[in-house]
Amino acid sequence: MRRNPDMMRHVHGWLLLMPAAILLIAFTHYPTVRTVIDSLFSKGSAIRPSKFVGLGNYQTMFDDPIFWKVFVNNLWFALGTIPASIVLAIVMALLVNRAIPGRSVVRMAYFTPTILPMIAVANIWLFFYSPDIGLIDQITAMFGLPGHNWLGDPATVLPAIIVMTVWKEAGFFMIFYLAALQNVPPELREAAALEGASRWYFFRRVLFPLLMPTTLFVLINAVLNSFKLVDHLFVLTKGGPDNASNLLLYYIFESAFSYFDATYAATLTVVLLALLAVMALAQFFLLDKKVHYR
Amino acid sequence: MSAGTGRKGRTFTEILEIAGAWLLAILWISPLLYAFWAAFHASADSTHFDLTAPLTLDNFRAALAQAPFLRYGLNTFILVTMLLAAQLMLCTLAAYAFARYRFAGSEIAFALVLVQLMITPEILIVENYGTLAKLGLVDTITGIGLPYMASAFGIFLLRQAFKSTPKELEDAARLEGCGMFGILLRVYVPLAKPTYLAYGLVSISHHWNNFLWPLVITNSVETRPLTVGLGVFGAPESGVDWSIVSAATLLSVAPLLIAFLLFQRQFVQSFMHAGIK
Amino acid sequence: MYHKTRKALSGVAMAACMTALAAATPTVAEAKTELTMYYPIAVGGPLTKVIDGMVGDFMKANPDIDVKAIYAGNYNDARIKALAALKSGSPAQLSVMFSIDIYELIEQDAIVAFDDIVKTADEKAWLKSFYPSLMENGVTAGKTWGIPFQRSTIVMYYNKDAFKAAGLDPEKAPATWDDLVSAGKKLTKADGSQWGVMIPSTGYPYWMFGALAMQNGQVLMNGAGNTTYFDAKPTVEALNFWKDLGAKHKVMPEGAIEWGTLRKNFLEGKTAIMWHSTGNLTAVKKEAKFDFGVAMLPANKRRGTPTGGGNFYIFKKTSPAERTAAMKLIKFMTSPERSADWSIETGYMGVSPASYDTPKLKEYVKGFPYAAVARDQLQYATAELSTFQTGRVRKALDDAIQATLTGAKSPADALKEAQTTADGLLKQYR
Repeated sequence: MRRNPDMMRHVHGWLLLMPAAILLIAFTHYPTVRTVIDSLFSKGSAIRPSKFVGLGNYQTMFDDPIFWKVFVNNLWFALGTIPASIVLAIVMALLVNRAIPGRSVVRMAYFTPTILPMIAVANIWLFFYSPDIGLIDQITAMFGLPGHNWLGDPATVLPAIIVMTVWKEAGFFMIFYLAALQNVPPELREAAALEGASRWYFFRRVLFPLLMPTTLFVLINAVLNSFKLVDHLFVLTKGGPDNASNLLLYYIFESAFSYFDATYAATLTVVLLALLAVMALAQFFLLDKKVHYR
Repeated sequence: MSAGTGRKGRTFTEILEIAGAWLLAILWISPLLYAFWAAFHASADSTHFDLTAPLTLDNFRAALAQAPFLRYGLNTFILVTMLLAAQLMLCTLAAYAFARYRFAGSEIAFALVLVQLMITPEILIVENYGTLAKLGLVDTITGIGLPYMASAFGIFLLRQAFKSTPKELEDAARLEGCGMFGILLRVYVPLAKPTYLAYGLVSISHHWNNFLWPLVITNSVETRPLTVGLGVFGAPESGVDWSIVSAATLLSVAPLLIAFLLFQRQFVQSFMHAGIK
Repeated sequence: MYHKTRKALSGVAMAACMTALAAATPTVAEAKTELTMYYPIAVGGPLTKVIDGMVGDFMKANPDIDVKAIYAGNYNDARIKALAALKSGSPAQLSVMFSIDIYELIEQDAIVAFDDIVKTADEKAWLKSFYPSLMENGVTAGKTWGIPFQRSTIVMYYNKDAFKAAGLDPEKAPATWDDLVSAGKKLTKADGSQWGVMIPSTGYPYWMFGALAMQNGQVLMNGAGNTTYFDAKPTVEALNFWKDLGAKHKVMPEGAIEWGTLRKNFLEGKTAIMWHSTGNLTAVKKEAKFDFGVAMLPANKRRGTPTGGGNFYIFKKTSPAERTAAMKLIKFMTSPERSADWSIETGYMGVSPASYDTPKLKEYVKGFPYAAVARDQLQYATAELSTFQTGRVRKALDDAIQATLTGAKSPADALKEAQTTADGLLKQYR
């Protein structure tokens, strides 16, 4: 029997891909389309069935002050966590890359937060931030400063959460930078040293550009996490006080599971998807450039 | 020009750097140290740092009495193992297709696969919950794992690894009479072992610590993983008991933490390997 | 003879068949009714074991009913889980859920009224055997939908040692708002190491606020669950008072006071008075290193507190046999003896006057009179905030309270906004 090898190539390829493809379509592509469709319907209940309302939900969303608060919060959260954790990750990687005494212990200390689930991290930091009896206030009390209600003050709650998130993320990103640093040929450093370049100059002109691909990869992860990471809200603030720490995915969760408003949740999800799509396009674009200069 | 690495003395900046690194490390590990402190001391001592305060295992006993953490641990273990096995199978097949077969539509298919890197199942939590309800898999461990079994990250990594396998090896295998799967299992898979290890550790730690999706999907003790158990553990109406919560927290993170401390090297190498794209 | 043997043989064969058949299929008469119930735990303690014990006793007394009690987390989790289970293939037949979920459950057409299940005069009388104020949250449209199980009120815990140190009579807790302020001023230390009073404003701020509003003579919603009174004058005054405790009289810290750590703050002596659920009673009794007292909340125009906690609900998707079985279980779990046991273990109140007449609870109250404070306060109690779209309406009020206490908005403005939001959500139900 003669088989057309060309045909078999296509058939085999698709057959191999099929199992994964089915799951991906079921849990990524189909729900995305479904979400957009659902956002066009009103909230239904047993005694009041759902009906098509076109852009009505979007109108409600634009009029919803909580939505705007949540949106802005998420942007601040991203702005607060991404640069800080990346910078810290680079610093840590540089520190650990050198032969300092106790290097592996230090590296472990930096990386350990990554191994902990966010929900555990939040439980621990809840104590840190407790007014007066919490650790931070105990330390500030030693310096004679008054205690502060870190999580109960709308002005400090988001920064407090950002600090905690950076603590969790920096070690994770550090690892990627470490990998990249270890790929830097030592001759480069020696050459720079011979030419009398300072460490800062070496970093700025040589190391950092070489770390660009890693930074890009880390950036994508960091951006995604800044929208995905809401576990801590369940333990710390539930979005309060007065939505000062509420984030988009948490609001989606609340809308769907506490208010039983699945269609409004779908509307909010469309916004989230749009934001992520923008980020993905940016990644695609920049990664393309990276491929070129490699 | 900076001095050489410490042979005799170190320069002042070097000492400063080392001190800085250590200070940062202490700062970084202190939250976990606090959890240990609170877990082993009675509630009354948990907020004061009196080194002479007595140690106790009561908090662990109380935590275990209040919620079945051992069962939660078992659930998590089953989940993570089953999920990894499924991921390895599905991603290997898909990566093999992308790396080895130039089939019609593979470019578009790959791009669509990469979408999952950004749009993870939690993002579409409401719809995915609905899908699982229709499949009757709500409150099952399979249900927790199903959306994650086809992992874009896994496919991506393995495709990379498979692509760098030299063609000669495949040709040699074909000469020996291996079919499609023979080549896969004899040539590609063994050579991609580091990638498998890396991906495995990344997947295990990610799913061990996953919270939001399992929270929504599980209802009962028989399916609930450790993170969700810890999350519902807090007693809202009467407030937090630091020591018991810390004990519960430690119980939840213990398995992964111990594994990490024992296999630190492999963990770090894995994450590093996974990052080198 | 052949004939007789044949008959005998066929007789034996018949008998054998029947026995085999009977053994193979579970006889209808002995078929067990299987019940699944979800329940939340909102106070600390190894309470899953207590529930398991109670359920085990029930099953022993009722061998034809099999009960699976599933611990679901907190009230939110329990509601989410129970409703999710209804939509999935393995529904629950009954559950303990927040008393205020009632309108949501009715709107989802998920529950059945007890009036539709009770048949005998005895059973009808049973519906009336609970404390009336505890029934308020379970009754609407003239029917009973929820039966009290783990109920609480807010009570005032105070540090008697701190009172003595401040020159106050430790046996006289503040009885009015003015008393609270003046006592608070004496108890608040200038260096910030001890505050006079703390009323938590995270977690369930609307619950605490319900007490203040009631003390000012105002209920927060109507009995039909479709109107709220957030911007009524007495409501605004109540929020003003709450804010002034911190902002004007300086007896309470400003900003949001964390619910979860309040008990710890009280036990550490950071505050001399705390308003909290009776659910904390057992824990405070165990851990307090000082002499403490428990009293009713202070009055302004009158005393007041909302009730709180969870009720038993029976789901609509149940067969008549399941409903009867479920009611049996509920009657058992809320019977005076069980209620007394539960109250002693958890600090929740006994749900019926009969429970306080049981020797066990009588004994307990004699030895620990504070266990009766919540019960005695019941005559001043009112329903917890509950309406249609209850999650969103509650959130509107919670946000208003937190905005006021953190100084972002004035009480009048915040409450006006909350009322507008609530009206927008509730109009369709009027």
